[in-house]
Parts: sequence; structure tokens; C-alpha cells
Amino acid sequence: MPEITRQEVEHLADLARIDLSDAELDQIAPQLSVILESVASIKEAAADDIAPTSHALPLTNVFREDVVVPGLTAEQALSGAPEVDQQRFSVPRILGEEA
Amino acid sequence: MSESRTSMSDWTRKTGAELADALAAGETTSVELTQAHLDRIAAVEGAIHAFLHVDAAGALAQAAESDARRSDGDLRSPLDGVPIAVKDILTTTGLPTTCGSKILEGWIPPYDATVVTKLKDAGLPILGKTNMDEFAMGSSTEHSAYGPTHNPWDLDRIPGGSGGGSAAAVAAFEAPIALGTDTGGSIRQPGAVTGTVGVKPTYGGISRYGLVAMANSLDQVGPVTRTVLDSALLHEIVGGHDPRDSTSVDPPLPALVEAAPQGATGDRSGVRVGVITELGREASAGSGWQAGVLARFQESLDLLVEAGAEVVEVSCPNFVHALAAYYLIMPSEASSNLAKFDAMRYGLRVVPEGDPSAEDVMRASRDAGFGDEVKRRIILGTYALSSGYYDAYYGQAQKVRTLIGRDFDAAFEQVDVLVSPTAPTTAFKLGEKLDDPVAMYLNDLATIPANLAGVPGISLPSGLADEDGLPAGFQVLAPALADDRLYRVGAALEALLEKKWGGAILDRAPELKGADA
Repeated sequence: MPEITRQEVEHLADLARIDLSDAELDQIAPQLSVILESVASIKEAAADDIAPTSHALPLTNVFREDVVVPGLTAEQALSGAPEVDQQRFSVPRILGEEA
Repeated sequence: MSESRTSMSDWTRKTGAELADALAAGETTSVELTQAHLDRIAAVEGAIHAFLHVDAAGALAQAAESDARRSDGDLRSPLDGVPIAVKDILTTTGLPTTCGSKILEGWIPPYDATVVTKLKDAGLPILGKTNMDEFAMGSSTEHSAYGPTHNPWDLDRIPGGSGGGSAAAVAAFEAPIALGTDTGGSIRQPGAVTGTVGVKPTYGGISRYGLVAMANSLDQVGPVTRTVLDSALLHEIVGGHDPRDSTSVDPPLPALVEAAPQGATGDRSGVRVGVITELGREASAGSGWQAGVLARFQESLDLLVEAGAEVVEVSCPNFVHALAAYYLIMPSEASSNLAKFDAMRYGLRVVPEGDPSAEDVMRASRDAGFGDEVKRRIILGTYALSSGYYDAYYGQAQKVRTLIGRDFDAAFEQVDVLVSPTAPTTAFKLGEKLDDPVAMYLNDLATIPANLAGVPGISLPSGLADEDGLPAGFQVLAPALADDRLYRVGAALEALLEKKWGGAILDRAPELKGADA
């Protein structure tokens, strides 16, 4: 059966940018193993020559007229921002200490 | 005084179509019946908790505008003036939109979802936003960060999910109609366990612009009502092509509203109904299918046969893999869609001690803002999409999706509609499956195939299960873009069942404490 280790969950949480506590890691790792076991049959469910479906609709290249339409004002776009500075989103530093 | 009290409480028992007729006949005003629903909300919300936000002032203002238009003879839709509740995953200007999550607590979107714009344009006062599993992840509404919704039939039981709030609001007569969203059954399964009607339209039939995406290739907005006709009326108002949604389909919707009365009163002979072998037909002890649910399903089939429908059994062999495919595709898409909650532009920002970087703030904010089920699914999706596992999990799931589409295509060559019980059981107890994700996922067994293939489905009440007296659901599925068949067959069965039970199933729900006597 597919086993997913605590270390793997920690790595996945890191990729997903979620700080999980030790207690959460202890809880989620075994739960994910059970979930993966319950979906393991998928590996044998379809032959190699079956094409994948990513979407139920056969739509490709949906175009629209290239015309100017009103968008959000700066004030509206910033209305939910945690922090605003000079009509811009203010964010924490994005470079490492050593940079 | 007592007379007006009686009539006020009566308005909440009417269907959307009946309210529209009463408005047209001048028997009431939109303000009066909006107030009646607000009073009902005030009386029963303590027990039900269907709403996350109630907008009394906004709803009454919209109602007053509707009344003014009516006196000017300028009506905008058949439901102009009929109040509605909206699931909290659809963006609304001026009203919070939390998706049941702490990460969006207090967020007021700067734009309306297209379906919300359509409701406003059509003159429907919006009573408020309804409770849901966080980001629509769940089958019980217990994963809401703001506490669960209670089933009006039994307050100790779940109202289904993720749209338990919309279903409970309609079942508890707090709103005549509501909007929900359905990714794997989030409209239909709550409909089944609350004795209400819920429709998942053809994928692309209703705009997703302003629907906060969980799994964008599966999500679809749809009606939550007490009758099949009301669903058709609401579907026509919110449906249609939207240039702001690139997955919105161009072909116009078939006539839905006329399909319902045709089904209810017309000739049902010759309708070919396919019973899906893989969904409950081979039930045995321990298979998870409740006997009372299957009994009501069989009874409904018998009624259709008596009315002249031709019922055959149809095998969809790949449906046995649908749940596994869904629980790989959905978390994969969710892990990608929910990456936008990064604490930078909107939503919760948690700043750890010291001199944190933007990434440190993201990690801390997402840990604090997301609940357990959301974290589980994001991590599962991240796993299924990561190199080394992609082909075995996400890639295989996409192939199964192809096979399920082929099963539907083959089945619809033989029959006009496919049917099954909507959910394997009636409403279970709050807390019963909370610590067992896989048991919770099994609730969606019968509803998921439609989302994977993009075909439309309806759930309507089939009666009450003998063992617990709780409502069971009957699901009808139709080919893509043939949503009118849902309403034709659904209304036919609704009329047959109403005759059998001597009235609407929901009339048998117990009266809630605190409500007007």
C-alpha cells in the first residue's frame, strides 16, 4: 500500500507554503496514507492508450474582441489588502537576509 | 395583528413560483415577503445556522425597488421581488464573502459574481450568504470555520455539504430559493438529505466568474429550491453565456421553465430511463447503501414505470473508479487554485516574530487561515501533481475521466436519462464522520460521475426512509446541454410522488422550536 511518511508530508507542506505544526504533521501523515490507499486502484483503472481528459468541454482558444472595458479602480483593487503603501500592495521582504 | 402574523408566516411556506404569482396578483409586496423571510431567519437561525451573513437592510432596499418597478409595470424577470439566499462562495460587493474560511474573514469583494449580477438585474432581493464547508471541501458543512449548519429535520444531523447552508435555509423556510455550487455533489447531496431540490447544470451552462474556484474543471453554480419548477425558473435567470468565463458555453440553454409543467402534466410514455447498475443496484450488507434509501428509489422507479416510462438497467463499468479519480483531480486543482491565498493582496496576513520574509508570512498565514480538510486536500493535491507521482495518480485519474465520459456517451445512446439514488444514506449525525475523511468522501459516490463528465444532474426527494424517517434523494442525469430533460423527468416524478405521499415531502419535516406557532 502507498505509505506517505511524516518527512514527505513536511516536504509537501513546504512546497504548498503551509507551516504545519508537529501535531498537524502527526495527524495528517497517517490520514493521507489511508486516502492514498483508497484511491490506489486508479493505477490499474485505465490502459496506456486512453487519452487523458483535463476538461469536460471540447473548447480551445476562446477569443474575445480586444476592446477596452472598465476594470477595478486602484482603490477597489486595494480594498482588501492587508497593508497598503502609496497606492500599492505593501508586502514583506522577498529576498533572503544574505541577499 | 394576529391576522398579519399568520399571513407573514404563511409567505415563507410558499414556493418561488407561488410568491411570484402572489406578487403579480397584488396580494403582497416584495417588502412584505422579504420581511417575512427575515423574520423566519430571526426565529430559527439559532437552531439552524444556515447563514454566515444576513443582509436585512440590503434585501429590504432591493425589495422596495422591486415594488416600485412593479407599480411602474417594469418587471425584470418572472422572479422579480422573490428573495433568495446565496452560497458564501459567490462574490458579492458590499457583503462579506468568506467561503467558510478564516483566511477570508471579513473580506468584501470589489466585484459581483456574474450570477449575482444576474440576480440583481432580475430583481431578486438577496437575503444573505449561506454557510458551507470551507472552500466547498466537505459533505457535511462541518468543515466551515464558522461552525456547522444543522439539518432542519433533526438538529443533531448534518445538512449535507458543501452547500448545507443553502439547502438548510430552503428546507427551514428561511429562503424560498437559493444558489449553491456543485463540484462533486455539493448541491445534490445536501438536497437529498434535507428533502429539497438541487440542480447541477451542464458544465459551462452557468458562469463561474466570481465563483471562488475549488476545482475549476468540476465546479458549477446551480439552483437550490423546494420544487422542480422553481429550479427551472432560477436556472433560466442565472444561466447563459458569459464572455468573462472562458469555459462558458455558447449554445443557448434549452427552454427549461416550460419543461417542468410539461413533465408534471404531460404524457410520460416512451421516456427511456436507465438505472445505473454500479450505483446501488448490487447493494449488499456493508456496501454502504442504506436499505430505506434504496427502497424509496425502487418505489420512485415503479411510479415512473406505471406512468409509462420504459426503465432499463444500464452498466457504466468505469463509475467504480469515479471516486478515486475525483479525489485526485479535485485536490490537484484545489492545491493550484488555493495558491492565490498568499496573504499579499487580500485575506488574512499573519506576521511571525522577527524579520520574516514574504514566504514566512505566506506559510504562517496559510497555516492559521486554512482548516484541517483544506490542508489535507492541498497537500494531497501537491503530492498527486509532484514529479514521480504525476503519471500514477493525476495522469491516471485524467484517463479514468475519459472512460467515465465514454460510459455516459454509451449509456445515453440507449436511454434519455440515467437515474440513481443521490446519496448512499440519509443524513448522518454531526461528528460521526468528521475524523474519517474516506468515510466522508463516500457520500459523493453517486454524484461525482456527472462532475467528471460535465453532464447535468438533479436531485429531488424520493420520500422518507423507513428506518429513520429522514428524506432520501433521487438523482436524474442527462446528456450535456440537455438540462431540460432533468426538469421534464424531475417534475414528472415530483408530481407522482406528491400524489403518493399526499403532499410535498418537506411538509412532513418537524416544526422548528422558536418558530411562529
